[in-house]
Amino acid sequence: MLKDITLGQYYPADSILHKLDPRVKLFGTMIYIISLFSFRGIPAFVLATIFLISIIRISKVPFSYMVKGLKSIVVLMIITGIFNLFLTQGEVLVQIWVFKITYEGIKNAVLMVVRLIYLIIGTSLMTLTTTPNQLTDGLEKALMPLEKIKLPVHEIAMMMSIALRFIPILVEETDKIMKAQMARGADFESGNIIKKAKAMIPLLVPLFVSAFRRANDLAMAMEARCYHGGHGRTKMKPLAYGVADRKAYVVLVVYFVLMLVLRFVWVRFVG
Amino acid sequence: MSIILDKVNYTYSAGTAYEIQALKNINLKMEDGQFIGIIGHTGSGKSTLIQHLNGLMKATSGTIYYNGEDIYAEDYDLRQLRSKVGLVFQYPEHQLFETTIFDDVCYGPKNQGLTKEEAGLRAFEALKSVGLKEELYYQSPFDLSGGQKRRVAIAGVLAMRPEVLILDEPTAGLDPKGRDEILNLVSAMHKERKITIVLVSHSMEDVAQYVERIIVMNHGEMIFDDAPHEVFKHYKELEKIGLAAPQVTYLMHELSENGLPVDVNATTVSEAKDEILKALGRKVC
Ligand SMILES: Nc1ncnc2c1ncn2[C@@H]1O[C@H](COP(=O)(O)OP(=O)(O)OP(=O)(O)O)[C@@H](O)[C@H]1O
Ligand SMILES: [Mg+2]
Repeated sequence: MLKDITLGQYYPADSILHKLDPRVKLFGTMIYIISLFSFRGIPAFVLATIFLISIIRISKVPFSYMVKGLKSIVVLMIITGIFNLFLTQGEVLVQIWVFKITYEGIKNAVLMVVRLIYLIIGTSLMTLTTTPNQLTDGLEKALMPLEKIKLPVHEIAMMMSIALRFIPILVEETDKIMKAQMARGADFESGNIIKKAKAMIPLLVPLFVSAFRRANDLAMAMEARCYHGGHGRTKMKPLAYGVADRKAYVVLVVYFVLMLVLRFVWVRFVG
Repeated sequence: MSIILDKVNYTYSAGTAYEIQALKNINLKMEDGQFIGIIGHTGSGKSTLIQHLNGLMKATSGTIYYNGEDIYAEDYDLRQLRSKVGLVFQYPEHQLFETTIFDDVCYGPKNQGLTKEEAGLRAFEALKSVGLKEELYYQSPFDLSGGQKRRVAIAGVLAMRPEVLILDEPTAGLDPKGRDEILNLVSAMHKERKITIVLVSHSMEDVAQYVERIIVMNHGEMIFDDAPHEVFKHYKELEKIGLAAPQVTYLMHELSENGLPVDVNATTVSEAKDEILKALGRKVC
């Protein structure tokens, strides 16, 4: 029933990408997104495509998994496409009543949709190859300098990892309670909105009760193990950069510089 | 009148990296009025199996027949099935939600389309049969102890008057007294109402003295399906898969190996006592 939810959709595999330091992957994703939304011209587009395809290859994650992520934004893609198609001013190609399709409109629509697709595939590559825990670890370490301005980085990271940890637990719990109530004749599907909302009560009350119980248990367990926040806390597996991470940084920087150069050249000579 | 499983397979998260085949080619016939125990190690597929029996889960392949009708047929009414095959989940106390115990037990009968009065009557009867004190009926279910909550949850299913009652580890997390009370309750229900009962457990000791048939699950496969004393004959194999026969079985086997002519098929303490006394040539008292 609920197993189709793909939040924190880590795909275990043995690839270089999986082994990279999460900070590298965070940085890489950022660079990639910036490059996507700032590039100009065909050569840069080709470079971004080659980059993406090679990363997909390296990741050893089946392509179908990335497509899954795309399904959820199909509507967004269609809307973006349509808006760009009809609302861009320029050289009119076809006119139907008040709707005008312009040459620039087609160009923009295609560009935006491609950007969205690349964006989703790129970011899901990160979540597919990095466990949520690694991700928060990476984020915590990367944001550490902000402790100086009194930002509770450790606490934020801890809250994030607890929240992430609880998602699958609560999904499973919802599934269980739903089944238990269905065994007592509950009907979550039929009826009008009011009836459906009412049918949710037997699901939501136990779910909240159990969420609070779990939160309470966890707090107690943390307390029992003397958790007292981030001060003076060390890590069992501290993040450290290896050779592969340094190489990855170099690749990323080279990619970004190339993209910038291509943009500059395109703007200068093509327009 | 029976439940028949025909080559049932079930795979969790099919087509992903986390694929697990939880049921492998299960063929089974549960006759009316039987008291059946399903036993298996943690993760052997017991819960998965029983959720198929009332159509909460749909087999990846295979068919299930309830009273001769294919429950996966297009026009089969699954909600009707669920009111006939009552399922009490593992830790059923986690499903309570109403403001009073009484209202919570009424939930099932109301979903069956009964009037308020009829539902109330059923709830009253069910709460009575699980032995909950009357002064508690209009209290919040969240204020009860774990064992009491479980009784309320069981009553919630009983109130629907199922023809088949399935209980998934009803004794998990209870103390010995609570465990015996629940098991005696179930056993009494079987005797009085003649309904089919399926009891899931991972303790042989628990089910040995109640059930008439034991199904042993291991890694999604059904490895034994027989009367208790027949199953316990394989106590060495049971040990290999992380289960154990009742202690009485071990005792009897050891006695007989050491020359005391006792019947090794005794499964309960009182049967064993009779056997030993008989073998010693004393009068059974
Ligand atoms: N929702 C689920 N998603 C994926 N796999 C699952 C799910 N539920 C159970 N499994 C897997 O299916 C197998 C059988 O699980 P099941 O819950 O049926 O075992 P069980 O015999 O009831 O165990 P227990 O005694 O612990 O209750 C296990 O390997 C389990 O990991
Ligand atoms: Mg189970």
